[in-house]
Amino acid sequence: MGSKARDSRQAILDRLRSREVTPVELPAIFGDDSISQVAIGFDDPPTQFAGTVEAVGGLCLQVGSMQEALNKLEQDEVYRDAARRCSLVGDEIPGNVNLQEIEDPHELSSLDFLIARAEFGVAENGAMWITDRDIRHRASLFITQHLALVVSRQSIISNMHQAYERIGQPETPFGVFIAGPSKTADIEQSLVLGAHGCRTLTVFLVDEPA
Amino acid sequence: MATVSEHPEKAAAYIADRSRSRWHDGALWFVRSKRDRMAHSLPEWERLRSTASQIKAHTIANLPEILQQFEANAKARGVHVHWAADAQEHNEIVLEIVRKQNATRVVKSKSMLTEECHLNPHLEANGIEVIDTDLGERIVQMRGERPSHIVLPAIHIKKEEVGETFAKYLGTEPGASDPQYLTEAARQHLRSKFLEAEVGITGVNFAIAETGGFVVCTNEGNADLGASLPRVHIACMGIEKLIPRLVDLSVFVRLLARSATGQPITTYTSHFHGPRPGCELHIVLVDNGRSRIRDSDEFRSALGCIRCGACMNTCPVFRRSGGHSYDAVVPGPIGSVLSPAADTKQHRSLPYACSLCGSCTDVCPVKIPLHHQLLTWRQQIASQGLLPVSKTAAMRAGSMLFQHPRIYALAGALGRRALRWLPKSWIYNRANPWGLDRDLPEPPVESFRSWWQTNRQGTSVDEGMKSKGAKNGK
Repeated sequence: MGSKARDSRQAILDRLRSREVTPVELPAIFGDDSISQVAIGFDDPPTQFAGTVEAVGGLCLQVGSMQEALNKLEQDEVYRDAARRCSLVGDEIPGNVNLQEIEDPHELSSLDFLIARAEFGVAENGAMWITDRDIRHRASLFITQHLALVVSRQSIISNMHQAYERIGQPETPFGVFIAGPSKTADIEQSLVLGAHGCRTLTVFLVDEPA
Repeated sequence: MATVSEHPEKAAAYIADRSRSRWHDGALWFVRSKRDRMAHSLPEWERLRSTASQIKAHTIANLPEILQQFEANAKARGVHVHWAADAQEHNEIVLEIVRKQNATRVVKSKSMLTEECHLNPHLEANGIEVIDTDLGERIVQMRGERPSHIVLPAIHIKKEEVGETFAKYLGTEPGASDPQYLTEAARQHLRSKFLEAEVGITGVNFAIAETGGFVVCTNEGNADLGASLPRVHIACMGIEKLIPRLVDLSVFVRLLARSATGQPITTYTSHFHGPRPGCELHIVLVDNGRSRIRDSDEFRSALGCIRCGACMNTCPVFRRSGGHSYDAVVPGPIGSVLSPAADTKQHRSLPYACSLCGSCTDVCPVKIPLHHQLLTWRQQIASQGLLPVSKTAAMRAGSMLFQHPRIYALAGALGRRALRWLPKSWIYNRANPWGLDRDLPEPPVESFRSWWQTNRQGTSVDEGMKSKGAKNGK
């Protein structure tokens, strides 16, 4: 590439600069009004969130503790049948795959079940924010056959404006909003869950007063 | 020089199968209805649209500064940034990165830019296997076709046909057409491709100048598997994909999936800010004619397009004639604006594949005045002398007719008689494509002119209008 690439960079910038375009002011996202005044807000964000998670194909279970989450998992056939399980939520939920011991993410191809923590959830679309801060292989989130996410009931906010306000500046190389299980409708608009990523998504909405 | 492609001819071939055309129309109207429900569920929808439009207008006006800011911030995060003036340079840059890895297997998630640059044939000609991993794109790739829609690449294909294709290439049961079964087969097939791949290529939905990062949205998770398993990730983007601030994403993410498929958000909205430890992340910034569109006061705002496809789903012409009839990488209303900018002669018929109903403009989440731009293209195509004789001759005749009242009166009288007396085959024939699907009205017994002379004798038309105006108090 060398000098040619540098030339193209300069050529593109010169071309763009050769045409002055009437400036347009960059708008404040919501002018002088606060987000809550002009964007949709919910009286009870956690309840709205639980409903939206189900609407986008997930299963939302409201629990009082991680122990209760484990009890629910053990009643779940998918979890019971999962041979290779990975837990990123602490010892309360055990696993038999340790991401820290894995060098190459390709070794995760046989992962059956992953349970991880989301930083917060968004009521308007059922999305949850997860970063690779504590996840050694981000591939684990996508390659696992089944995914469970734990999110605090107290973390649920109404809309995406509040979400990006909360994210601030990204500190880690990767962050993702996940809303529901992987899906496709590419064959005649028929919705099929489990395209390339997780086949099922279980959300544990856990009550964790500060 | 590319050959001239005529939309009416290609559309005629598609419409010949009436039941398929109707089925396609219905499938897209279903998506459009879902979009409407989502848009109406947000009281702030119109405010979001105008904010988005303004953010994009600001970005395009300040593009050189914003691109440089993005480059500096991306580099600071350890990202390799490349610049490509055109499609060929883009393809060479990607090939060189792949070659440096001694790689021969590449997985690619959906990217209209790589379609535009014809990246796949370039890599394949150099001995590299490229697998499209979006299910719709994989179906189209196996069949040796092109996507017919930017969000729903296989919307033109029936499930029975997908079954035939998969039986041939993936060994599924012949005759099987259950979407669940077929999707599962594709999942197994593509998992092995993800695990084998040495390089993953993705597109970019939004790139953020302030942070040097970018966002990719999918429902299937294919971009994420492609970007998190291979050691090298190449993200290809047009220079118009920039937005200034991270917080701007809140506006665009709220608009994109709602406009595209009527979902509140895509399943995965992934934010990439630097490579994985020990891995490489490359971004290729591509111009390929975008700076030329930016030069134009009329078409500049088309660079704000976020590729949601809403204008296609609502377009009465697209819904019936199918995406392939446009013979362009981006079809539909936005494609009919962008394609003539790339090659006016080749795509000269596209701005006419439009009834000027304005529905595209109404649904566009960034408020591109699409039908106005299509009308502007018609003027430019006519003034560049690119119209076919069938159109120019008729327009010259029309112009002559309207400039000469006597000839106009004579033509009217002849026309009324002709419609009454001539055999149908004289009116509805090959020379009159307008009559192919339309019936002319019953000719009136007399013209307005002769009615006036009988009933308002003594006053000229002009005087009549004046006295009417006076009555109305003007």
